Amino acid sequence: MSGIPHDHYEPKSNGEKWLHRRLPIVGLLSDTLLIPTPKNLNWMWIWGIVLTFCLALQIITGIVLVMHYTPDTSLAFASVEHIMRNVNGGHMLRYLHTNGASLFFIAVYAHIFRGLYYGSYKAPREVTWIIGMLIYLLMMATAFMGYVLPWGQMSFWGATVITGLFGAIPFVGETLQTFLLGGPAVDNATLTRFFSLHYLLPFLIAGLVILHIWAFHTTGNNNPTGVEVRRGSKEEAEKDTLPFWPYFVIKDLFALAVILAVFFAVVGFMPNYLGHPDNYIEANPLATPAHIVPEWYFLPFYAILRAFTSDVWVVIIAETLTGGIIDAKFFGVLAMFGAIAVLAAVPWLDTSSVRSGRYRPMFKWWFGLLVVDFFALMWLGAMPAEEPYATFSLIASAYWFAYFLVILPILGVIEKPLPQPATIEEDFNAHYAPNAGGTKTIVKPAE
Amino acid sequence: MKMMKKLTASALVILGLGTTGAMAAGDSAAHTENYDFSFEGPFGAYDVNQLQRGLQVYTEICSACHGLKFVPLRTLSDDGGPMLPEEQVIEYASQFEVFDPELDDFRTAVPTDHFPESNLENAPDLSLMAKKRAGFHGPYGLGINQFINGIGGPEYIASLLTGYTGEEKEQAGVVFYENTAYPGTWIAMAPPLYGDDVEYADGHETDIESLSKDVSAFLMWTAEPKMMARKQAGFAGVVFLTLLAVLLYLTNKRLWSSVKYRKED
Repeated sequence: MSGIPHDHYEPKSNGEKWLHRRLPIVGLLSDTLLIPTPKNLNWMWIWGIVLTFCLALQIITGIVLVMHYTPDTSLAFASVEHIMRNVNGGHMLRYLHTNGASLFFIAVYAHIFRGLYYGSYKAPREVTWIIGMLIYLLMMATAFMGYVLPWGQMSFWGATVITGLFGAIPFVGETLQTFLLGGPAVDNATLTRFFSLHYLLPFLIAGLVILHIWAFHTTGNNNPTGVEVRRGSKEEAEKDTLPFWPYFVIKDLFALAVILAVFFAVVGFMPNYLGHPDNYIEANPLATPAHIVPEWYFLPFYAILRAFTSDVWVVIIAETLTGGIIDAKFFGVLAMFGAIAVLAAVPWLDTSSVRSGRYRPMFKWWFGLLVVDFFALMWLGAMPAEEPYATFSLIASAYWFAYFLVILPILGVIEKPLPQPATIEEDFNAHYAPNAGGTKTIVKPAE
Repeated sequence: MKMMKKLTASALVILGLGTTGAMAAGDSAAHTENYDFSFEGPFGAYDVNQLQRGLQVYTEICSACHGLKFVPLRTLSDDGGPMLPEEQVIEYASQFEVFDPELDDFRTAVPTDHFPESNLENAPDLSLMAKKRAGFHGPYGLGINQFINGIGGPEYIASLLTGYTGEEKEQAGVVFYENTAYPGTWIAMAPPLYGDDVEYADGHETDIESLSKDVSAFLMWTAEPKMMARKQAGFAGVVFLTLLAVLLYLTNKRLWSSVKYRKED
């Protein structure tokens, strides 16, 4: 499947040959599992496995939860309590599912920032990146709709605020919002359609995950040096790579086990840590909570949404130029979606010919600042919309856009990159070379 | 990578410092006392005697106005709860009248029924009160102390019950009472406990603080009846996964050793 030369699956027994002539599925799976993988991958390359696990965990726990949940405004909250109290193991299933969403987002953010630092989005991996961004968008839609299902106060008011964003779109906004909600306000029709889509979208994600894997198996993995695997011959490629099974499967499973140990500590000992207490109050359309706060993984973009108030000069200019069509609310919505759009467009915004941030002395600092900026936005999203947070939000939002739209295009031109290793093998041996004497004992795996 | 770590650390510092300021600026009036409960921390467990005392306080005092509509009466005999003998649960249930839609009339409650709903419209249901009022957010607003202290819900309830200052005021014909734990300071609920409001069979103290803690512990159980099972499952998960991680670490090390330390060709 990949462009890297390697041994392909050959059916041996008669049974295998029989099947292979009719459906070469064993070959497909075998080639996928044994794909040559750059042997210098570091620990930031483990998140793919964690994400795959999260998707499986969410689908499996979700399917069982659906067996006991009732999508009806008068019964939803009570049915969640029924799961927590009466269903065998129901409390664990639900806490695994709610905290599983958080683990999913921790992993996806680590995965995205890994890609941003090591230039995994650059040619020829743009399609992998775009599919990844689509997965991320669907994840956000799924998580948002899932949070509405327990029908607590935050479910209801979060849904009201977020669907209200679509209402800010000029001309078609109100129609669109009514279409999304299934009526003039968040009600039973909203709950049932969110339930339906919350069940559907994960399977679309699963389909996109297959395309994502297919895409990067075609180009081959990126790696910390950003230097491509040599493809001249099988022997040459083998100096740069190791088969995915068993080397990276075992490594990734080890990382997954460590992460899951922490995850189980959270689920077992503080399962409500990442949730909002108000969501244990049943939804009440007549009582607005003091603070409507989204889940933590939406906070950075929520901060950007709120940053552009009507007294900000770019908003005033936009409003004047468009004759009021783009008001502060719509500007905020554009900024929020724009923040994700610039992320998706990064393959075409980064002008540097050097892929990995490791060899980009100036880029490193700007990237580090972007990471800080992301955490700062996350914190600001949880703060009330007042000074000094409003100003901080504006500065942090401005940096987010500046990084993608100004800094990355300019850096590629003015930056003088450090020398890169010629091959992956060279980089690997620089870290794991045999001792000078070459007398290192070989530990053979037990047969 | 080193730089990434440094940056993450500094981001956390920024997060931390900022949130402290926010917390101080927020509900400065409301104070949640950090009472000790037996069920805090990863290995904490409910005290069955305390849950039974709390049930008594709830039944004799709180239930006059409040309800527990999500809690089935039968769960009073469950493991990890007040563990009342089944005949006592039947006896306990029979004091309530519940509406049966099939009969279209009220009848005596049986253990498969739930606790009755609140009698007063503005008296909130208490089933989940210990989870919907998280008292703990620190340090630095990160809430990590929940790992050791719990979410602070029962602490909030106990602080509220003991937090009356004795001051009251009348507004539009409604009497409000000053309370140091209530977010808005003035609460419509009259002080429910004065000390010695109930008589415990086990002779345990009945001052306001003891009564408050007992009923708070009971309300933690009504909010999180499977806490014990959950902690056991979590503990088993952590132990099993740690063992698995160690084995995978060793496997990984051995697997890669032949690659990372090749003999010179």
